[in-house]
Amino acid sequence: MAKLKSTLPNMLLSLTLICLFAAGVLATVNMQTAGPIAAAKAAALENAIKEVTPEFDNSPLADAYRAVTSDGDSLVIYPALKGGEPVGVAVESFTMNGFSGEIRVIVGFDTEGKILNYSVLQHAETPGLGSKMQEWFRTDKNRQSVIGRSLAAGNLTVAKDGGDVDAITASTITSRAFLQTLNRAYSAYKGTDAGTGATAATDAVTEATEAAEATETTETTESTEKGGENE
Amino acid sequence: MSNLKTLTNGILKENPVFVLLLGMCPTLGTTSSAINGMSMGLATMFVLICSNAVISLLKNLIPDQVRIPAYIVVIATFVTVVQMCMEAFVPALYASLGLFIPLIVVNCIVLGRAEAFAAKNKVLPSIFDGIGIGLGFTLALTLLGATREFLGTGKLFSLTLMPEEYGSLIFVLAPGAFIALGYLIAIVNKLRKA
Repeated sequence: MAKLKSTLPNMLLSLTLICLFAAGVLATVNMQTAGPIAAAKAAALENAIKEVTPEFDNSPLADAYRAVTSDGDSLVIYPALKGGEPVGVAVESFTMNGFSGEIRVIVGFDTEGKILNYSVLQHAETPGLGSKMQEWFRTDKNRQSVIGRSLAAGNLTVAKDGGDVDAITASTITSRAFLQTLNRAYSAYKGTDAGTGATAATDAVTEATEAAEATETTETTESTEKGGENE
Repeated sequence: MSNLKTLTNGILKENPVFVLLLGMCPTLGTTSSAINGMSMGLATMFVLICSNAVISLLKNLIPDQVRIPAYIVVIATFVTVVQMCMEAFVPALYASLGLFIPLIVVNCIVLGRAEAFAAKNKVLPSIFDGIGIGLGFTLALTLLGATREFLGTGKLFSLTLMPEEYGSLIFVLAPGAFIALGYLIAIVNKLRKA
């Protein structure tokens, strides 16, 4: 068969047919993969929840609700129940203050507000530096682990900002951002859940301190970043 | 040129990375570890084989003046297929390569082979050319990924070969990609001339 000449009808027809064919192929593949993609995402989330909460027998995905943080944002909370009794929650938290933008973390609290475990869902931090946060904050060495810490006494901050958590070596901005996700998660969790024994008055006080500290932290981060501090 | 020759041509003589220096963006971007490099190579190889086959089949139906948009549509279709399949069946890999998969569309190797080979040859040689160039690309990316992973973190395919403290971080970061690629090209050139 001879090659088609480049006339207008030929070109139109040829491109239209190719595009129609491409659309057909993509529609078929999309129908086939939409289900598995959604399932894979749900499974990944459920695994992350399992990793950070005590054993549960409800479906945290079905019971999920949104809660407001002290800085006016809202986060998704997945409650973990066993035999109808709350055993802890998993909070999906995020911050835009990472060294390379967004960091998404899922963190588990027990009913007293102690951190059980965490899992970094998504980040774009520098490999080998900021990316160490996946392990760093659960390694039991000096003061770097956050596992078992209670946020009831106030926000977690890095040692450089007067806190008692050791930042990742050479990644202070990432460490600050990571702790911020934990603080935000806690404030969302405690801000709404009245059934954990804490009185409303203490809650209000904690929230006020948290809000004040949160502003401070943001300010320090901004000023140091302006000062040209690098990771 | 026999099919076997077409096949081996892409692996060493016309290796897309080390000799033709095509597709540098995914080469430098995705090779922070051996497994990432290999997966990116295999994804590109699949797209190359399919697009080469389809374009050589359609070559007489595509008028010359609209050939580039037609090729791009065909290539983009296969890339999207790969992307959706990866997201559905290997989500972990998709998470680490995610951003680079759509970029296969603009990888000049794929368009280059469509234009330079598939548009002038029959289906079977075009498929072999896709396999050859794809293998060459995969090998190059795996080699570069392995070099960077080993020098940067002391690991190879996530197996620890030497303590991480001995690795130098620069090889995992972008500058290390350029340095490692430069030395690998020099070595391959030396071997080809010898």
